[in-house]
Amino acid sequence: MSTMTVDKAGPTRNVKYGSMSRDRAWALRWSYFFLTLFAIFSLVPPLYMLITSLKGSAEISAATNPWWVFHPTLENYIGLLTSNQFLRFFFNSAMVSIVVVIITMLISIPAAFALSRMKFWGSATLATGVFLTYLIPDSLLFIPLFKMFALIGDVTGIQLINRWYVLLFIYPTLTVPFCTWIMIGYFASIPKELDEAAIIDGASWLQTLTRIFIPVALPGLIAATIFAFTVSWAQFLYPLVFTTSADQLVLPVGIVTTLIKGDVFNWGQIMTGALLGAAPPLIIYAFLMDYYIAGLTAGATKG
Amino acid sequence: MAEVSLRKVVKRYDDVEAVRGIDLDIADHEFVVLVGPSGCGKSTTLRMIAGLEDISDGDISIGGDVVNDVPPKDRDIAMVFQNYALYPHMTVAENMSFGLRLKHYPKAEIKSRVAEAARMLDIADLVDRKPKQLSGGQRQRVAMGRAIVRNPKVFLFDEPLSNLDAKLRVQMRIEIKKVHQKVRTTTVYVTHDQVEAMTLADRVVVMNKGRIEQIGTPTELYHNPATRFVAGFIGSPAMNFVPCRLEEANGRLYIRLTDRISFPLPPARAARYQSVSRNDRLLLGIRPEHITETRPHAEPGIEPFEAMLDVTEPMGMETLVYFSLNETPVCGRVSPNAGARDGSPLRMAMDLNNMHLLNEASGLVI
Repeated sequence: MSTMTVDKAGPTRNVKYGSMSRDRAWALRWSYFFLTLFAIFSLVPPLYMLITSLKGSAEISAATNPWWVFHPTLENYIGLLTSNQFLRFFFNSAMVSIVVVIITMLISIPAAFALSRMKFWGSATLATGVFLTYLIPDSLLFIPLFKMFALIGDVTGIQLINRWYVLLFIYPTLTVPFCTWIMIGYFASIPKELDEAAIIDGASWLQTLTRIFIPVALPGLIAATIFAFTVSWAQFLYPLVFTTSADQLVLPVGIVTTLIKGDVFNWGQIMTGALLGAAPPLIIYAFLMDYYIAGLTAGATKG
Repeated sequence: MAEVSLRKVVKRYDDVEAVRGIDLDIADHEFVVLVGPSGCGKSTTLRMIAGLEDISDGDISIGGDVVNDVPPKDRDIAMVFQNYALYPHMTVAENMSFGLRLKHYPKAEIKSRVAEAARMLDIADLVDRKPKQLSGGQRQRVAMGRAIVRNPKVFLFDEPLSNLDAKLRVQMRIEIKKVHQKVRTTTVYVTHDQVEAMTLADRVVVMNKGRIEQIGTPTELYHNPATRFVAGFIGSPAMNFVPCRLEEANGRLYIRLTDRISFPLPPARAARYQSVSRNDRLLLGIRPEHITETRPHAEPGIEPFEAMLDVTEPMGMETLVYFSLNETPVCGRVSPNAGARDGSPLRMAMDLNNMHLLNEASGLVI
């Protein structure tokens, strides 16, 4: 009897497993196919940049195989890294990005804490409002912002336009709402009892934030930091509009405005500059990737 | 250490009254348990004592001082939460010492207090671990340790054992009792588990629908419940309530349960119920342990009857039997040797010396 039952149950179960694993296998195959496709899409341009950056200008304009370097040279790298102008762009970019990250964190961490924990009148509406401001595109904002800073210059005599530090006021309009939003979600995933325990232990709001929330939500803070840094580093429209003198430019704008002279494109240096410019975010991502993913998902699901 | 007192304390959320005017005095060193079904307002009451919830009306005082507007950190209380609420990024020692470090205690004193509490709770070898490396029971010990090192006026426990499995819960219950015997701090403990309430408390406060039903020692509540709610809530299996009538015949007072079953009341009970109207709808309240197999000798107030058993549950040291009286399900506890079987009749005895009579309309014990 018992053997018969096993025989009967055996095949049905096997078929079930079989069909399931077949589904899985197909899903895996398709996902690998698309992942490969997207990997090619996103990796070919940087690869092309790398190849081009290693060529001299003669070889770039020669009609040879563009995917191969026949006479590799570091002249583009040496040229840029010894150019004071390029180093100035790099410095401006680094300054702007780092200070913007600091400003963003100083504003959005307390803001997120207040919005997620101190239930005051209108806090929910305000939290949504913060997110909505993020949806306003910069292409819509740059003209009113420009007029505003021009007006400030006219009225007070404080000249902000065409100074790299004007960007310190502008970038947070992009970074603060998003970072606040990420961290509201992240803070919301911290159980309520944790801050109640801290309050009973005698912690003030500020101590609860600094001694409990910031350490516990560190992955979320790192995710927000990376985001703020990337946005500031890669921003193009605002610096293009607000800064014009060569010594005030940040890297993306600097490369485009100084390495394209009229209709002459210095392709080798453009590619090299872009590659060097992409390096800092890349390095940061590589080191903090795990935190970044953990932070984004934890913030998204509200724990 | 200090006494805690609540005067007409009310908590309103918008249009709902969660706590409807509570008066309670807790003596110094006392272990008081607030018990009741979920939503009865017991946790809200505890959180108001802690200062985590505002008081809508009334006064709460700790150690003689009204603390209505005193923030939690200045009330000198410590609280243990249901989900432990340990700081995940700190070690056990750091968790326990957090409050002391905030108050800038000298390092040596912090160290000795933590070591002392860790030894008392048997977690001395875990002090360098992080909470995620601990089991549920160990986490709860750390949470208690965090409360003990503060040496507060009052301990507050909010259902501290309900996240633990049954076996561990019993063990930790004893642990909590031991700790209280050692430190003697005034304690308010909230639970929905009446067994926890009975075993831990000096006095139990039974709450229902935002009000206090009865306050008393565990034995008082068990033997002299004031209301149907308390009678039914305390004790497991729960007390039986059987609709009944009082009758007078031959100058004696009888209690009639069904057409066929009517018992004479023992003299003491008869005297007590003499003035009850014969027309009131009444309930006989009787605990399962007072419905047993028949005794070999007749005893006063213990009345035999026969019932058709619906279900029997052998528990080992006793057998629970279920039968109906006028379609009211009734539970009794008989000896495993009484020969109780599903679907067969059994002669049993009801101990009317331990009965309660309740007014069905008011729900009050007469």
